[in-house]
Amino acid sequence: MTVYLLCFILFLTGLYGVITRRNLIKIAISLSVMEFSTFLFLALVGYREGGVAPIVDTADPVKTYVDPLPQALVLTAIVIGLATTAMLMAVIIRIYRKYGTFDIREIKNLRG
Amino acid sequence: MMNPLIPLLVAIPLAGAFLTMIVGRFITGIPRYMALTTLLATAFISFWLLLAGEASPSVYIAGGWEPVNGVPIGIHLVHDGFSGLVLCIISLIGLLSVIYSISYMAWYTSENFFYALFCLMIAGMNGVVLSGDIFNIFVFLEISAISSYALVAFGVEKNELEATLKYQVLGAVASFMILFAITFIYWSAKTLNIADIRSAFSTGDRGSHYVLIQVLLLTGFGLKAAIIPFHAWLPDAHSSAPSPISAMLSGVLIKAVGIYVIIRLFFNMFVITEGMSVLIATLGALSMAAGVFLAIGQWDIKRLLAYHSISQMGYVIMSAGIGMTLMARGIRPDVAALAITGGIFHMVNHAAFKGLLFLNAGAIEYSVGTRDLHEMGGLAKSMPVTSATSFAASLSISGIPPFNGFFSKLIIIVAAVMGRFYLLAALAALVSIITLASFMKFQRYAFYNREPDNIRKEIKEVPAPMLLSMITLAVVCLLLSLLALPGVRDSVLTPATEILMDQMKYSSQITGI
Amino acid sequence: MTVIVKKTTQLIAGIIFLYGIYIILHGHLTPGGGFAGGVILAGSFILLILAWGSDFLHLVREEQGSTLYENLAILVVLFLALSGLLAGVNVFFANWLPHGTPGELLSAGILPLYNIFVGIEVAASILTIFLALIIFKEEVLK
Repeated sequence: MTVYLLCFILFLTGLYGVITRRNLIKIAISLSVMEFSTFLFLALVGYREGGVAPIVDTADPVKTYVDPLPQALVLTAIVIGLATTAMLMAVIIRIYRKYGTFDIREIKNLRG
Repeated sequence: MMNPLIPLLVAIPLAGAFLTMIVGRFITGIPRYMALTTLLATAFISFWLLLAGEASPSVYIAGGWEPVNGVPIGIHLVHDGFSGLVLCIISLIGLLSVIYSISYMAWYTSENFFYALFCLMIAGMNGVVLSGDIFNIFVFLEISAISSYALVAFGVEKNELEATLKYQVLGAVASFMILFAITFIYWSAKTLNIADIRSAFSTGDRGSHYVLIQVLLLTGFGLKAAIIPFHAWLPDAHSSAPSPISAMLSGVLIKAVGIYVIIRLFFNMFVITEGMSVLIATLGALSMAAGVFLAIGQWDIKRLLAYHSISQMGYVIMSAGIGMTLMARGIRPDVAALAITGGIFHMVNHAAFKGLLFLNAGAIEYSVGTRDLHEMGGLAKSMPVTSATSFAASLSISGIPPFNGFFSKLIIIVAAVMGRFYLLAALAALVSIITLASFMKFQRYAFYNREPDNIRKEIKEVPAPMLLSMITLAVVCLLLSLLALPGVRDSVLTPATEILMDQMKYSSQITGI
Repeated sequence: MTVIVKKTTQLIAGIIFLYGIYIILHGHLTPGGGFAGGVILAGSFILLILAWGSDFLHLVREEQGSTLYENLAILVVLFLALSGLLAGVNVFFANWLPHGTPGELLSAGILPLYNIFVGIEVAASILTIFLALIIFKEEVLK
């Protein structure tokens, strides 16, 4: 149970970072922390006590395997996370070029 | 026999997007026609599927992985009355936005990227709506979200970048909340198929984190749908995007990836509980009221329209919440059905008139060069078509007969009164009046006021493709009123309501038990 | 970079490239597959670019090439998925090729083909992202 709670704490740490940090790069890092806590949780959900990698062995078919589905989900979610992070980084670089700063307090053209 | 048209709705826009990228590099000028062809094909297929009226819901299992012992194992694509309706909205507004973009996007460079991203966004939304599997909803949602992040930033100026940054950070937080909730669902239900999760949840043991899942999903999709405590990104993103994209974002995207998924999950996946229903109705009423009050003070046309989007989406969420509350209490199923019908009807109507209003705002920006209401006036003489169509859309959004908005708001208010939610009914009527006042301001300052003295250039009407899509949408606004007629309503809106109302039909049709 | 770094990366890059191909080809037998192998393939290219450097125009040209490969690969994957609809048993994403004996390299029907093209797609797209970010950085520094 503790490991699952730790995942949740990691998720909240990332959320705290997104809310409180002022530097754009640090916000991006906090988002990655949130992302990876979720992946960790997904991988843990698929874990079985004493399970092995889910490759079917013809010699001994009745082994305990870990659940392969969460692993496939994690892989898909990693690809999506990669795209999100790359997109965010591209925007941050562009913002640096236009505003000349990473400080979110100075990026406030839009109000209301 | 599975209907092979269903996967094509996702495959055609995907192929269109990547073909546009390749061909558009070598031949300039062709991407717009490729996007047009793609959208025509999807529009044809989605209207065909809606009107063919075959067995509802029709299920497509990708890869041919048939259910084993009644447990679905493959990826299911489900086309039923409700998703069919949303698919039609997506492709209709998408098609008209592409036609509009042909002249509007001449301002911008890199045409092929624009149309490729547009097709990708359509593919993602079609996927979200068709998917019968909660993880696939997440994947397609991210496809449409990432392409919309890029499209909001398409101008690459200061405002666009700031808007897209807010949108991306909040969107990413929402996505990870949704993924976290999906993990919890897999943990407690041991399956990802929506119908199968429903049967797991309805057989007693719901796990200890049932409420946590619901709250996480409501927060995540609420952020995507911009319900009021989570609305911070919407006015910026929707006003900074190029106008056809604003029409897509406001008219379609927040419905397809926000409202549609919330309604689908809370009706067809979770067992309806009263606490959650009241929470949803309250959130809806809150965004309905707060959105319109925030809109009053706006002088930027597109920001004004964006705040009205929040308010109008509040109507849809509120009526869904009223329907859920009545169903949870087990009383007056006819009133619950009426409320849900009103919500779905208003969602369809909102796509038409809000799409049209954003296209009008784009036309004004195209001709006058500003979005500030102070700096324009007297446009009714120089831009007659834009003026007429935006007048129709304004009447429609404020609920004046014979336009479509009147009928859907009437149904919602009648349902609220019959279900004894007198406060919500009064609030809905009041918000409608304030909406009318806000749009009278828009009409007066943009089209009928005296021209400002410092006008520099001759203002002309916009080119023909833009006029074509605006006129078509204005006609659609009028025609959608026909959906309120009993005969038409039975064939279009009633199947959508039935699939949501009938507690076990959706899941039993798909798992085949 | 120094001569030592350049020579070492030159030697290692080829081995990394081959390892990526191995991972992709055995995707249906062992852990790994298109995505993991594609990332390794992209890693070998990125290593070479980092060690040897490249001038701005060259980077732009490379980025255009990798975008083209990416689009072509994803179209092929989509075509493979549609081929199930057209040729085989009329099911989208159907595995209509003969399945062979489990455990052999040439087995599992259409899956190795998916793995190969997904590998190309992932390698090209990660290279594209990397190049795009470098190009942005150079534009900022100018």
